[in-house]
This record gives sequence, C-alpha cells and structure tokens, in this order.
Amino acid sequence: MKAVARLAVAGVVLLAGCAGAVPLPDGDTAAFGTQICGGTGADPSAYLRTMPVLPGAAPRLSAAGSSLIGPMMSVWAQQYAGQHGTRVAYQPIGSGSGIAQTIAGTVALGATDTPMTSLERAKAGGRRLLALPVTLGGVVPAYHLAGIGAGLRFDADVLGAVFAGRIRRWDDPALRSLNPGLRLPARDIVVVHRADASGTTAVFTDYLTRGSPTWVSVLGAGNSSGKQVVWPTGLAGKGNDGVAGMLAQVDGAVGYLELAYVLGQHLPYGQVRNRTGDFIQPCPATMGRAAQGIDLAADLPTSLADSTERDAYPITGVTYLLLYADQHDRATAVALVNFLAWMLTTGQDLAPPLGYGPLTARLQRDTYAQLYQVTADGAPVAPTG
Amino acid sequence: MSLTLKDRTTRSMPEPAGSRQRHPADRLFQAAVHAAAWLPIAILGATVVFLLVQAWPALTHYGPFSSLGSIGWAPSRAITESTSPNPYGLLQFIYGSVLTALIAMAIAVPASIAVALYLTDVAPRVIRRPLAHLVDLLAAIPSVVYGFWAIFALAPTLRPLGEMLGRTLGAVPALGAVFAGPFYGYSYLTAGIVLAIMVLPIITAICREVFATTPVPRKEAALALGATRWEMLRMAVLPPARAGIIGACTLGLGRAVGETIAVTMVIGNNVTGINPSLLAPGATMPSVLANELTEATQPFHLESLFVVALWLLALALAVNVAGRLLVRRGHREPR
Repeated sequence: MKAVARLAVAGVVLLAGCAGAVPLPDGDTAAFGTQICGGTGADPSAYLRTMPVLPGAAPRLSAAGSSLIGPMMSVWAQQYAGQHGTRVAYQPIGSGSGIAQTIAGTVALGATDTPMTSLERAKAGGRRLLALPVTLGGVVPAYHLAGIGAGLRFDADVLGAVFAGRIRRWDDPALRSLNPGLRLPARDIVVVHRADASGTTAVFTDYLTRGSPTWVSVLGAGNSSGKQVVWPTGLAGKGNDGVAGMLAQVDGAVGYLELAYVLGQHLPYGQVRNRTGDFIQPCPATMGRAAQGIDLAADLPTSLADSTERDAYPITGVTYLLLYADQHDRATAVALVNFLAWMLTTGQDLAPPLGYGPLTARLQRDTYAQLYQVTADGAPVAPTG
Repeated sequence: MSLTLKDRTTRSMPEPAGSRQRHPADRLFQAAVHAAAWLPIAILGATVVFLLVQAWPALTHYGPFSSLGSIGWAPSRAITESTSPNPYGLLQFIYGSVLTALIAMAIAVPASIAVALYLTDVAPRVIRRPLAHLVDLLAAIPSVVYGFWAIFALAPTLRPLGEMLGRTLGAVPALGAVFAGPFYGYSYLTAGIVLAIMVLPIITAICREVFATTPVPRKEAALALGATRWEMLRMAVLPPARAGIIGACTLGLGRAVGETIAVTMVIGNNVTGINPSLLAPGATMPSVLANELTEATQPFHLESLFVVALWLLALALAVNVAGRLLVRRGHREPR
C-alpha cells in the first residue's frame, strides 16, 4: 500500500510535472544537530526476566486496539509466533474500541494510547483490569514545505498557535525567530489533523494543553485535549495514513503523526523544544529520556510533556495493554502471561528500529511484576517467585 | 393469500393442456419468486427499524429534530447529563451532501446527455459500440480508485485553477463568498467533480437506452421537414425522452448522495460548520460515518452517528420519491 502510494506520487510527479506535487526530501539527521539519537535509550540489562515460559498456553490470542502501535504489534506477533507457537491476531481498530472490546471480552488483550478513565474502568463491572505499559510512542510535527528539509524547530506555544489557526503563515515572526538560519517561505500554513478519534490526537493535544496557553485559550479550558477536539481550522484525514497522504499532497501543510509512520513515509519532521529549553529530535532514545523517573505507582499522564530530564522528547505517549487480572480460561491466561513477558523483555529490542521507544528499566520492572497478578478463576497463573 | 394469487394466475394464463394439477417445481418457483419480491421491502423495513432502535437514545436525549437545528459536529463537547444544545448538529453534513451532489449533477447531466446523443445519433456507426462499452467501463471502477486518482491527480491539477478562481471571482462582492479562497485541493468542489465522473456512466447508459427507443420514422420526419441534425435531436429525440432523462438523473443523484469513500478522501473532512465557499473543505453524511464509526466513544456518539445514517436514508428516499414523481409528470405531459 505504502509502496503503491510512493509509486503513485512518483507517477504524478512525472506526469503532472508542474501540477503542485513536489518530491519530498528524506529526513536527514544532520538537520537536527547534535542529538542522543544514536542509541536506543534503554538499559535491557536492568530488566526483570524472572518469568519462566509457562506450559499449557492457548495456541491463539485475539487482540485489538490502538492503531498507533499497529506496526509494532504486527512485528511482535510475527516474531512471537515463530519463536513460541502462539499466534496473536491483532486488529488495529483504535484505542477506544480496544478498551470496549477488552471489557466486553471479545478480545483477550486490548491496546490503548491513553490511560483508562474512571468511566471506562466502571464499565468493567467490578472486574479488575490490568493496564500494562509496553512501549513509548512519539507524536511528531511533520510538514511539507518546498525547499525546507527536516529539523524545523517548534515549541509548544508556536505549535499550539499554528494548530489553533492563530499563526497562519510560514514566515510568521514566531516561527522565524525559532528558526533563525532558515528562509521560511511566505506561504499559508495548512493544518492537517485527524478526522477520526485517535490516541495520537490525545497525546498531541495533551502536550499542547500542557505547554500552549494560546491553544487552551482558543479551544477553551476543559475542551483542549482528548481523542477528538473541535479543531478551529484545517483539513482532516482518516488515520495516520490519511494525514500522511494529505501532507504529501499539500505544499505548506503541517500535521502530527506517529514517528513510525513518518519514518516509513519519509516525510520531513521537526524538532520540539522541551522543558529544559532544548530542541529535541524525536527518536527512541529521546522518548526514553521523557519516561525517566516515571513509575506505575501514580497515574501516568497522556503525554510526558512535563518531563524535566535533559534530552527528553516532550510529545511522548505510553501505550498500554489491557487485560482482565482474573481470566476465565487458564490456557488463555497462560498464553497472555507468556506473550507479555516476552514483549517486556525480548520484544523491547524490536522497538527502536521501528521508531518506538523501549521501556525504561524502572517502568519495565514495575510492569513485569504485574504479570504475577494474573489469575485464572482465582488461581495464580505464574509461580510466585 | 395463496388462493387469491392462484386465482389471478389461472385467470390470466391458461394452464398447459393435460395438467390440471400444477407441477410441484412450478409451485416452488412461484413461492420463491414471491418471497424474493418481498425481500427488498423487508430489508428496507428492517433497516429503518434497526437505525431507529440504534438512534433512539440520542433522539430521545436531545430531542428528535434537534440535530437538524444545529450546526457543528463536536463529539468532544458531549456530556452525558447535558441535553441542550445538541453537540451532534448535522446541518453541515446535509449541506455538504446536497452541495456536492448538486455540483456533480450540474456537470454530469449535460455531459451525460451529450455523450448519450453522440453515441446514439452522431458518432460514426463503427465506433458507437466500443465507445459505449468504454463509458460503461467507467462505472466498473471501484470508488476507492476514483478517490485515489482524485487525491493524486485531480486535486493537484485543480489547485492552480482553484487558486485563480479564489483570486478573481473571490474578490467579486456577492459572488465572492462562493469562491473565497484559500484552496488546498480538498474541497466541496473537488468532491463534486469526482462524483460527477462517477455518476456520468450511470446517467449516460440510461439516456442512451432511452434515446435509442426514438422511432426512426420520427427522426426521418424531422429531417424530411428540413431540420438540421441538431434540430432533429432537439425536436424528435429529446422531448419524448424527458421522463427517461429525469429517471436517469434520479439514479445518478442517489449514487452521488450515498457515495462514501471517494468523497471522504477529497472533501477535507471539516465537520465544524458550513462554509459557503465551494473551495473550502467540508463533510458529507456518509463521510462522517466512514470516519468516526470505528472509534465512537463519547456519550451518545455512536447513537448520533445512527441519527446521521437515519437522515441519510431519509434524504436518499426523498431523492428517489421526488425523481419518481417527476418521471410520472414527464409522462403525463402532452408531447
């Protein structure tokens, strides 16, 4: 599909020539200056790895939810089936549907990019749900601006003002002062956002709400963040690929996308100023920095925008897997624990190449310990150790 | 029921000689055809009932017609306790559906009639059939392909044109609002043009059939009276075909109002309000359904999407009934 889209873009460029489609520059890392993005940002040697592979696992698991981690889940499912035999069928239908289907019992495992609300927990009717962080996902400002490559600098209030429709031109003084060396064109900014409700939107708008007074004042306090907001301006596309498609087409467009999609589509993307005042390139290592010092004891925020760590990328979200703590079927419970234990150890190594951040050691240890709480009809599934 | 039916059939058609008792296979066939005839009606009825049941919580919570009285679709503003104002306003979707369909018809109807006339009366005989097949082939292209084409070819091509319209007509006092820029390629106009191309083969095919039924002596009479070819078409072919053309338009309009994917891909999906400019992004009733059905988690969100579906069905039925009435009037009028 992606290849087809690239081909089609190339075709249009060839056929239409001057019809407005411009070949996109690939994101070159040099544009970001000195960053810590060489590494993965994780310390796997500090991970907990105590869980043995439990016998008697079900051959199949059904899972559904967040489209943000769709690419990650498909790699995990594929690798896991090859190594351990249990097939995991993951449907990337959206975080909200993932929560709903897990609660309804349609799927054994759900995935969501936003922490569960008390309203959602209440729908489980008293049964306890475990929400386990499995990976970090970065939401990045991506754009299409002829003559401008990757690495454009943004801060929260400028991004907020752009997406609120208050900054309308690329050569606005606010953008120029953030990017002193660049000749920004005198062109309209075309905002592109999501048409569907989405965890990606929730992470992005949570970040804007925490950092941009302009954004909050335009949308109104209490209405400025969530999976859907009332966008004051712009075009909307369905899904990450819908937004990516519009960005590829419209010169002057800016949107927000999950990092894995940006890397896959070779769209130019920017860097974002964090709480320490530095401009940070989104990558697994900088996402990991944003999650430094965070543990499961407190309710995690939707975006880790308030991290005061150096090199922390602020528009970082946490993806959670959801399951009932008490399962009705022992084979399913065993398969779930085996799969989750694998994802939280071996699986973490597969995250950085796709543009996802592995968990910090602290978050991994907290999460891993929760696996011992899974029961089947009241009886513990894993040997307590 | 079965008795009256039998009576009627025996009256209208004598049974084959030598078989007073009807063959079981014959009875079976009749029952099957009978059931098949009722099937569409049952499906339509069941759909209406299903949509009503699903939409009921939203209809009772906000009031049955409140969605028609408000502009702007804002699921994130929905609060379980609040009943007014209705955050799920759908006037902008009705506007988008009607506007894109009208743009489509404005382009497709004259073009289709011209194509059909060319195919039946003007084109050299050898190319009529292959050309007609080619036009029919347009109807076989899946709508997602049209959407794809529109994004990658139509929208970039329209952009300079739209920008020019915005600069020139957009500055004219009254007309300006209709062509006000900026234009990004995703708009009511783009969606309307894609729809026009999609309904063109439908309207053309029916018009062609209708024009082909014009009796040859009638055409010859017109020509014999000294009519030019154009006058012949205008006097002998077009007037009796009026009802048929209206019927063709109705079918095309139905398709245009209901088309989902291609429109969703190019209309820009602005759900917050009505923009009078043809060059602005908007949304239609099917497009919001396609975008939001999978992830409708706000209070009364899913139920309100069913309200949209209900009104979409109502609009489609209204288009059909109106078309039928027009066809009937067209038949009655003296030629």
